[in-house]
Amino acid sequence: MDFSFSEEQTLLRNTIQSFIQDNYDFDKRREIIQSEEGMSKDNWKQLAELGLLGVPFSENDGGLEFGSVETMIVAEEFGKGLVVEPYIQTVVTCGGFLRRASEAQRQEYLPSLISGDEIWAFAYAEPQGRFNLADIKVSASKNGNDYTLNGDKCVVSAAPWAQKLIVSARTSGDQSDKEGISLFIVDKSTDGVSTRDYKTVDGSMASEISFENVKLNSSSLIGEEGDAYALIELVADETIAALCAEAIGAMSVLNETTVEYCKTRKQFGQPIGKFQVLQHRMVDMFMQYEQSVSMTYMVNLKLEEEDVERSKAASGAKVQICNAAKFIGQSAVQLHGGMGMTDELNVGHYFKRLSMIETQLGNADHHLKKYSLAS
Amino acid sequence: MDLDFNQDDIDFRNEVRDFIKVSYTQEMKDELARSKNGSASKELHIKWQKSLYEKGWIAPNWPEEHGGPGFTTTQKYIFETEMAHAGAPRTIPFGLSMVAPVLMEFGTEEQKKKYLPDILSTKVWWCQGYSEPGSGSDLASLQCKAEDKGDHYLVNGTKIWTTLAQHADMIFCLVRTSKTEKPQEGISFLLIDMKSPGIDVRPLITLDQSPSPYQEVNQVFFEDVKVPKENLVGEENKGWTYAKYLLEFERGNSYSPSLYRGIQKLKDIARDTSTGNGKYLINDMDFINKLNQCEIEVQALEFVELRIFSALSAGQRVGPESSILKCRGTELQQKIQELSVEAIGYWSSPFVYDTFANINEPSIGPEYAMTITPSYLNGRKTTIYAGSNEIQRNIISKAVLGL
Ligand SMILES: Cc1cc2nc3c(=O)[nH]c(=O)nc-3n(C[C@H](O)[C@H](O)[C@H](O)COP(=O)(O)OP(=O)(O)OC[C@H]3O[C@@H](n4cnc5c(N)ncnc54)[C@H](O)[C@@H]3O)c2cc1C
Repeated sequence: MDFSFSEEQTLLRNTIQSFIQDNYDFDKRREIIQSEEGMSKDNWKQLAELGLLGVPFSENDGGLEFGSVETMIVAEEFGKGLVVEPYIQTVVTCGGFLRRASEAQRQEYLPSLISGDEIWAFAYAEPQGRFNLADIKVSASKNGNDYTLNGDKCVVSAAPWAQKLIVSARTSGDQSDKEGISLFIVDKSTDGVSTRDYKTVDGSMASEISFENVKLNSSSLIGEEGDAYALIELVADETIAALCAEAIGAMSVLNETTVEYCKTRKQFGQPIGKFQVLQHRMVDMFMQYEQSVSMTYMVNLKLEEEDVERSKAASGAKVQICNAAKFIGQSAVQLHGGMGMTDELNVGHYFKRLSMIETQLGNADHHLKKYSLAS
Repeated sequence: MDLDFNQDDIDFRNEVRDFIKVSYTQEMKDELARSKNGSASKELHIKWQKSLYEKGWIAPNWPEEHGGPGFTTTQKYIFETEMAHAGAPRTIPFGLSMVAPVLMEFGTEEQKKKYLPDILSTKVWWCQGYSEPGSGSDLASLQCKAEDKGDHYLVNGTKIWTTLAQHADMIFCLVRTSKTEKPQEGISFLLIDMKSPGIDVRPLITLDQSPSPYQEVNQVFFEDVKVPKENLVGEENKGWTYAKYLLEFERGNSYSPSLYRGIQKLKDIARDTSTGNGKYLINDMDFINKLNQCEIEVQALEFVELRIFSALSAGQRVGPESSILKCRGTELQQKIQELSVEAIGYWSSPFVYDTFANINEPSIGPEYAMTITPSYLNGRKTTIYAGSNEIQRNIISKAVLGL
């Protein structure tokens, strides 16, 4: 057993830290999220040049062939910087599907992903399905060698920036059957794909997407027809592991900022950090953070386990992270008093990002149920 | 002890309901539903308050001699409950329930004549100038100073977090008039015309990002602002006493009626929220248990409120017990907001900058979802302002428990 990071992993962390220091101070981030584009293409290119967009892919596919611990390091540092560029969406989630796709698909799509030329988004959520990844009404009907895609996906994170989508669709079975779900690669510019793009509360962007008689060649199918659910669960768990890492990054900044603020802000002739009730609150924030770090390591180390074990690890980690995100986010605002309520301070921005992570891929209730069902 | 309404009470309730039906128009409802921070346009608030004024109901807590309606405790309860159930706008408190009681108790006859009628009719909009960048919880340390210049005071300094100052005609301020050993002893209570030369109001954007002119708070700067001497309330250097008197009013209102409405709305959302496979959130026991836990706590608060307010009618003053209401009321409100965000799932994520614009554009997800996350974020203020909940607990521990 060993919980230390290798020299190479520390180097990776340093690389990202200096990228964020150089390109991503709070004012620059504000400019980026307020721009029409909503992200920085320059930053994306730089991430590509640093090799970061290739982290999980095999050397054969042009990647760095790193594992989940490296992805965790990247996501954690991005969480500290509140990076909005869609790393997790493109590299971890869509990359997770693509690195398990056919040789031909990997050759076709990975070079332009790794080089930063194309951004990807995973369209899975539907208005009626809430967090159930199997509750899918979007249909792909087969005629000959082609499929026709119809239906709506909602709140597709990063889709406004994406050129390519991976879409979960029903090829057979009933609305929430686990069988009969397939994954398709869809070029966003295909006829019949229409989007409504918007900003999100945490400074990112998303789209409502509808598919109207979108013609797809069978070469766009990932894996076997009707057989995608297990892969979706796997990649969702990997994404959760990365989201947890992003969250602990954000939590660490909030905790540091709050402790620092309470040491300097004076009321009643003393730093407010001298009030015991605030001390205890910060101690609880710290303990929540430490447990969240631990659960994040745990899930990232268990991603290779068999399905049930892995899924329990992901749900368990997500429950811990959701609860801690809420407590730490709310407490950081509270301890900053009126200042915590402002858009000007970074505290609120971290709080918002953490609040959105709570919901992404299922909130605490959802994962607690899932955990209980698997136990 | 009983909980029954008599026939007069029932008639009164019908009268309140009829009034709301006529005066709280669909147009106003639609506008208020789009608010991220609980307030809407200045026009809406003025229009609403004028109609209450015409009915004689604008100031339920005022004594009759100044134009209060003379409600019984039960009528007050009915009035508040019906208003909350209908989701009617809250009256802006700074004039009606903050500066007015102070003027009634400590103002001169002239001040009462000059200010109270315009507060009652909402001809004049007031805001509250207490907090400063360096003085929040520790209000007595405030620095904004007023120098005696013979026939006027010269005010220099700044006030922060001033709610809706962008609409205000008048501000009541705590200012420092002398430097004393005990900071509380050098504070005065001053009324300042917002149109005075030297006043500058700048918006502060909060977490919900309501854009100007819908921002909730501002910073107000005073540079050599001349304030006539007759605008001093009570005695110079006695302002702290008046300020504390006012705070009891700021904290002593009832929360449960609007909390019940919050729970009702949450149930509606749960009924409307599909959880897949033909099921709805209202069928989800994990969620419903949390919601009902909340409802039970609201009921506990309701009965604390009823006990406190009926004691009041028997001639008692709300003492430090008002801090119980403030703590529990705000914390339950935050809990309901939290559960609302949870309920709407992915619809908590889309961001709308100006919710009052583009009324005809279809919403992303259900229409009600648009303001839920901003309201949750904005709602974090309630445990910070009007004396933070930490400060309220300090008060209870000192003043009630004697610790
Ligand atoms: C939306 C909003 C509207 C407002 N409207 C107005 C207005 O119209 N007019 C006006 O004058 N003011 C207004 N305020 C200001 C409000 O009253 C102050 O924010 C509040 O008093 C807290 O002060 P502060 O922000 O300086 O925080 P601080 O006093 O710096 O407090 C920071 C943290 O320290 C804690 N703390 C401080 N002292 C103690 C202690 N002794 N023991 C334990 N914990 C302590 C606080 O609870 C808080 O968590 C408003 C504030 C907000 C957020």
